[in-house]
Amino acid sequence: MGAFDELVASRERPIVTAEFPSMDGGDLDTVAEAVDRFQPYVDAVNITDNPAAHAHASNVSMAIAVKQLGLEPIMQVVCRDKNRLAIQADVVGAQMHGVTSFCALTGDDVTAGDEPEARRVFDIDGPQLVSIMRTLSDGTYLSGRSLKHHRELLIGAVENPFAPPAHVRVRRARMKVDSGARFLQLQIGYEPEKLEAFVEGCGDNGVCRDAAVLPTVILTKSAGALRFMESSVPGIHVPGDVIDRIASAADPLEESYQLAREQAAHALSLPGIAGIHITDFRHDDSVHRLVHDLRLGPAFSTEGATTHASTTRASTTHTQTA
Amino acid sequence: MLRSLLPIVEHAVKGPVWDCQMCGQCVLHETGMTCPMTCPKTLRNGPCGGVAVDGACEVKPEMQCVWVKANHRAENLPLLPQSWRDEIGHLRAPVNNSLAGDSSWMNLVSGADRKTPSGWKGSE
Ligand code: SF4
Repeated sequence: MGAFDELVASRERPIVTAEFPSMDGGDLDTVAEAVDRFQPYVDAVNITDNPAAHAHASNVSMAIAVKQLGLEPIMQVVCRDKNRLAIQADVVGAQMHGVTSFCALTGDDVTAGDEPEARRVFDIDGPQLVSIMRTLSDGTYLSGRSLKHHRELLIGAVENPFAPPAHVRVRRARMKVDSGARFLQLQIGYEPEKLEAFVEGCGDNGVCRDAAVLPTVILTKSAGALRFMESSVPGIHVPGDVIDRIASAADPLEESYQLAREQAAHALSLPGIAGIHITDFRHDDSVHRLVHDLRLGPAFSTEGATTHASTTRASTTHTQTA
Repeated sequence: MLRSLLPIVEHAVKGPVWDCQMCGQCVLHETGMTCPMTCPKTLRNGPCGGVAVDGACEVKPEMQCVWVKANHRAENLPLLPQSWRDEIGHLRAPVNNSLAGDSSWMNLVSGADRKTPSGWKGSE
């Protein structure tokens, strides 16, 4: 078990994960620069798999590079581009290079990307992929054929608390945890009441106990970025008043940061939450600033442990009274 | 004879009512009598994270998400046995693509529609 795996199991302090930038060529120095930017502040980074249906350097190649550079990769795998054979081959191949954390996603449709003419695959879906990853972790392929060598994998999944139907999202989170997910990264959202309701449901059905639930906080620069997400990114809704708040601010850049900071603080205040996932579209020192302001992550591990102990206690009480 | 005739009869019955896609392993009773193969991503365990706030499909915004509809109907359709209502929350196995085009009635009788690869563990 690696350090990230242990932290997911112990949750002795809040977990911080972040989205690693996707790359379009270059060399390992480009990857190393990005690794250096994140390493001191996060526990692991998500290596995306053709995000928003745009082709980039592959998840397998990037996960291996990041692992070799000493940062823990969470290799995302989507169901849109490959069938069950290719997906299993990717997971097993990456694992041979020491990649042991994976996150299963259904994936955005091809129509969300710049090659909408592509054939969509979806041979399997997100919850099935979680289960297949567990099969691989236990030492066989889906067919039942044995793997010669295998290691235990840390499997995660995603869920969108902001998309309807709300009660089905809570049930689907449980389905993924029952299938083998030990952490759950949540979709970006700007409706705190929906997040609260989801987390409460996940407290009631034991998801927060059985998996590390990590809401996503997104660092943006302007109202334009929020408008883009509202109009063009599937499954993300940004209410008008949030966009107006940034648009009318004297300093939209600073206001955008404050918005993310408030979101992170709110998410971390919810009983049962294990940490946060950060998506950074600012590409400045904001990830550092955010973990510093909230005293989170590896750089603040001692203080974090104290703060989090009270959160965990609150969550236990919550589960019992539910 | 029966093997070649049944798919034609099945499609004639289920096509107009449920837009049956003839996957050969029918789960209509588990999904509020809503065919999951009409989801553009053919998800057996939806809905995906792309559903719009108003319940519209990510891929085809002009239609309601198949899984929003399926869940609504599993909860609200009259006369469904309780076990059918509950089954929508169970993890369904990956589609057996070799059964496409077969009659699911035939595969129900033979049990072929419930056979899963031996490594499949579901959500135990
Ligand atoms: S929104 Fe619903 S119908 Fe559309 S692809 Fe996603 S699950 Fe399928």
